[in-house]
Amino acid sequence: MYPKDLKYDKEHEWVKVDGDIAIIGISDFAQEQLGEVVYVDLPAVGDEIIAGESFGEVESVKSVSELFSPLSGDIVEVNEMLGDAPETVNEDCYGDGWMVKIKMADAAQTDDLMSADEYEAFVAEEA
Amino acid sequence: MTEDMLRTPLYDEHLALGARIVPFAGWDMPVQYAGIIEEHKAVRASAGVFDVCHMAEFRIFGPGALEALQTIVTNDLEKIAELGAALYTVMCDEDGGIIDDLIVYHTGDLEYLIIANASNRQTDWDWITSHLPDGLEAVDESDRTGLIALQGPKAIEIISELAGDDFELPERFHIAEAVLGGDLPVLLARTGYTGEDGVEILCHESHAVRVWRLLLSFAEVSPCGLGARDTLRLEMGYPLYGSDMDRGVDPISAGLGWVVPKTKSGYIGAEAIARIRERGVERKLVGLIVADGVPRHEYPVLHEGTEVGKVASGTFSPTLGHGIATAYVPVDLSAPGTELVVAIRKKESAATVVRPPFVKQTSLSALTS
Repeated sequence: MYPKDLKYDKEHEWVKVDGDIAIIGISDFAQEQLGEVVYVDLPAVGDEIIAGESFGEVESVKSVSELFSPLSGDIVEVNEMLGDAPETVNEDCYGDGWMVKIKMADAAQTDDLMSADEYEAFVAEEA
Repeated sequence: MTEDMLRTPLYDEHLALGARIVPFAGWDMPVQYAGIIEEHKAVRASAGVFDVCHMAEFRIFGPGALEALQTIVTNDLEKIAELGAALYTVMCDEDGGIIDDLIVYHTGDLEYLIIANASNRQTDWDWITSHLPDGLEAVDESDRTGLIALQGPKAIEIISELAGDDFELPERFHIAEAVLGGDLPVLLARTGYTGEDGVEILCHESHAVRVWRLLLSFAEVSPCGLGARDTLRLEMGYPLYGSDMDRGVDPISAGLGWVVPKTKSGYIGAEAIARIRERGVERKLVGLIVADGVPRHEYPVLHEGTEVGKVASGTFSPTLGHGIATAYVPVDLSAPGTELVVAIRKKESAATVVRPPFVKQTSLSALTS
């Protein structure tokens, strides 16, 4: 449910680090809580996002949730597929349902994120 | 938080089915099981079952029942003179403000059954009983009555099988006694809130679990929560009390002039409504097709940069794949085709006025066309 090679934050985003690039998405717990996703609103390539601040929204039939960035950096790619197929977030939240790729401003910020085990314990406490 | 919340006889069934429970009008109710969109599509394509035991049921009977109820509701009960017939109506206060919307069933000689919104149970009961003359009996049967809706293109086939070969199913907007599965006495009302053909099943609350399980024993039937109930009704443009209408709105503005016949007088609110009709309404409830994003209750509706109204009901339409809404707008902006804007948080989304239903082709439209 929580892949070991990813890092997680308390807002239920996951991060996959690849050199100075980080891929960001939402966790299985988050997509399950949201229900069927019908809209994903993401920033544009070139936009700057800041750790702890909102960078987009995910909507289900019943609710809207803001996406809070786990890291700071510049958007280098957004998942365009989510425009036409937002349900991909539910179907494959760690794969095709990724949200954005950023060029990290400060790779050391990833040290503050949780491991899969830590996140699982965190979720268990929240639920 | 959830102390003092009411639970229907089906509460444990919902938990066993993995439902997500939310508070609604004082009740712990299932909002979804598999997912709102999946349940919605199951009802449009096959059949869904809904726990609506929280709704209120009142029985009014005795000599003069017809005359008394005629003074309370706006629609003309002479239309249901035939036993077993049912009628959608509103009841209003003296100013024409809507107290609730109801279905009245003519269940017996000198006897009527009223089904009302759960959120208005006490208000309705107080209003109705305070306007009944002496000698007329009124019973609040809500606690002892289970109400389960079976809706969808396969609903009629399933209920017919359960009611047995000899049973003649009631016509649309009619109610009849039946026995399901050989030993469960029920009333079958051919009514609903989804736009699909189907029935609403009234039973004794002690039988509700058995009726529920019997319906779910069919592979074609999915359990559906309040989430899907809301998206289904809004696709049809059916109003919801508290969102599309309340005490501050008259039935003409709410687009419910069709349940307020001009030929009828002498009911509470009649003079006020006649004046409103004469003068014309200032605002009207319209349908909106929203291009991008999900419109929600209270989101501002704009025209040329100025706020002209607010979203009454709004959701994502699972059938159409985009946002739909209702909103009260000035009459001069209410014509179908008028271009408006809905402010969806930071974004402005184009919205076009349409005449509901948003979804035209259903098993019900096939039945009535």
